[in-house]
Amino acid sequence: MIGEGQADVSRTLVLDGNAVGGLLQDIFEADMTASPTMCAHCGREGHIGNLLAFTHAPGVVLRCPGCEQVVLRIVVTPDATYLDARGAVFLRLKR
Amino acid sequence: MNTARRVMQVEQTLEWQIATVAAIKRETPTVKSLTLALPARRRNRAGQHYDIRLTAEDGYQAQRSYSIASAPEQAESIELTVERLADGEVSTYLHDVLVVGDQLEVRGPIGGYFVWEAQMGGPLFLVGGGSGVVPLMAMLRHRAAVGAHIPARLLYSARSPQEVIYGAELEALQAARTGLDVVYTFTRTRPQDWTGYARRIDRQMLEEVLTPFGLAARSFICGPTLLVESVADSMVQLGVAADRIRTERFGPTGGAG
Repeated sequence: MIGEGQADVSRTLVLDGNAVGGLLQDIFEADMTASPTMCAHCGREGHIGNLLAFTHAPGVVLRCPGCEQVVLRIVVTPDATYLDARGAVFLRLKR
Repeated sequence: MNTARRVMQVEQTLEWQIATVAAIKRETPTVKSLTLALPARRRNRAGQHYDIRLTAEDGYQAQRSYSIASAPEQAESIELTVERLADGEVSTYLHDVLVVGDQLEVRGPIGGYFVWEAQMGGPLFLVGGGSGVVPLMAMLRHRAAVGAHIPARLLYSARSPQEVIYGAELEALQAARTGLDVVYTFTRTRPQDWTGYARRIDRQMLEEVLTPFGLAARSFICGPTLLVESVADSMVQLGVAADRIRTERFGPTGGAG
């Protein structure tokens, strides 16, 4: 479960991708929580709903539940939304 | 872009809307259920949530997610169950200030991962910790509303009997003999004559509760992060396929407040 020694995050403060479903739906105009994705760091496949979510910050950070590396970062400013997805091998948008 | 696609996209767009508080019910000393009437209610799926946004006079906004407790079949309104967190800036307002007739800014329904519908089949194994039982209750209410007899088992961890949410309704659902049973474990205070579980959910408990029920069950686990992860890990060790398990984590600052 939790990567021993590499856990730099407090799991007790964590929510998950389900809680960020509204923000993701703003960006993609579709539910993303049930979409599969793959961590670019460890290759773990899973659903966005199961990523660890850190929301106590100006932006939202979604991390891999396996290796705890950052998969997605989202920052909303008054005039734009920034999405950093370099931690994801892919995002899947259902047609 | 053809018409069908355009229609689908419109349906996926989330709009903030103004809900009116139609009823407030106290469930436990720290938990209330809010019935909200919505001008544009979209049919929800059991397990989904709504976002609530509060705006202060100076423009400061705070937003949180709250699980829908009511069945999708409930007409006209939705019910959200909210736990009051001592340091929560949204839940304290919802508990201490909000009264029937007030308006709230909400958007939803949201989510497609932690969702169960009767046509997905079962058996259905639900594990709830504290207010993590809320989206699971929506699933059980949906199951009852459509008259499904899909075998279902709820393992519900609460600190004490006083903190059990929906206790009387769960008892009635069990008594209806439709194939639901509820197993409680009390982690802090138990009734005097209690012979059931009185500890945190562990692998042995899951072995006793889940294994006879069937490892092939569709499983939904919702609660504090550490409970969710330890239960999911134990279930995989017992032989449950990881893709049969869906999880939703509430922080201890639960849905973040």
